[in-house]
Amino acid sequence: MNWVWFYRLGSPLWFYQTTTRWLPWLSLLAFILLATGLVWGLGFAPQDAKQGNSFRIIYMHVPASFLALAGYFLMAAAGAIGLIWKMKLSYMVMKAAAPIGAALTFLALFTGAVWGMPTWGSYWVWDARITSMLILLFLYFGVLALQYAFHNEEASNKASAVLALVGTVNIPIIYKSVDWWYTLHQPSTIKLTSAPSMHPDMFQPLLVMILGFYCFYVVALCLFTRVEILRRERKTTWVGDLIGASNNAVEGEKW
Amino acid sequence: MVKFQFQSISHLLDMGGHGFYVWSAVIVTLIVIIGLIVRPLLQHRVVLNQIAQELAREKLRKKTNVEGN
Repeated sequence: MNWVWFYRLGSPLWFYQTTTRWLPWLSLLAFILLATGLVWGLGFAPQDAKQGNSFRIIYMHVPASFLALAGYFLMAAAGAIGLIWKMKLSYMVMKAAAPIGAALTFLALFTGAVWGMPTWGSYWVWDARITSMLILLFLYFGVLALQYAFHNEEASNKASAVLALVGTVNIPIIYKSVDWWYTLHQPSTIKLTSAPSMHPDMFQPLLVMILGFYCFYVVALCLFTRVEILRRERKTTWVGDLIGASNNAVEGEKW
Repeated sequence: MVKFQFQSISHLLDMGGHGFYVWSAVIVTLIVIIGLIVRPLLQHRVVLNQIAQELAREKLRKKTNVEGN
């Protein structure tokens, strides 16, 4: 069967070269979007009638939560592709997604806590949404920990991928938690199926922040993956060529 | 029309009494974002240096082997 294109897509060398070209531009875009969204949201969006200025935390809380969840899907999908097609690059992406996801889940929980205090009068409540997000954080930690639990790289990759896949059960629970259980957490502001329940003046900066976080996520994911590529491909000739100075040393292995 | 919501910088910092909550969220967000960019960049450099050292060591070993023969 002609699967060559598929393997080329999964080639670490191809990924490394392509991201070298695109990362500066994507980083610039992410920076512009985040800076615009943050200044707009913090200074120029009108304040909320009920919550006053504390609602401005939404401009960090919602994008961070979005990416914490989307990042988990991506990590699990990368793990599945790795399990099924034994694609090296896919496992590297999975491994790269874990620390980023953990950091963003922490950020979602932290911004939620400092939003909860002025709004609900408490930093933390054991309600469905918050507890399921905490479980998400532990799932990310689990995937990270499994990477170091085995001496055999293949075994740790497989174990991480299986845990990531099993953990996806938690994702719909997080999404639906505000509908299924009585909770302090307000229902989603943005739904795919209906218009946002927010005034456009407040919604536009939020959209800019979400786009900015998506771009930032891709940049971070590429950066972490590139480190992983170098680490695992260190014996290959292209990494040797990359370092340049020691061309002669690798020449012997090439021929 | 979009206009600046605060009369002065001190009003912006105070956020109507919610300044502590809003600004701590901002600061932690910036720390997380910058951290997630800086950490892989530093690691990238460390790994490149490690590989360069390994290659140099290998080169040296080959050279001494040849001289030994």
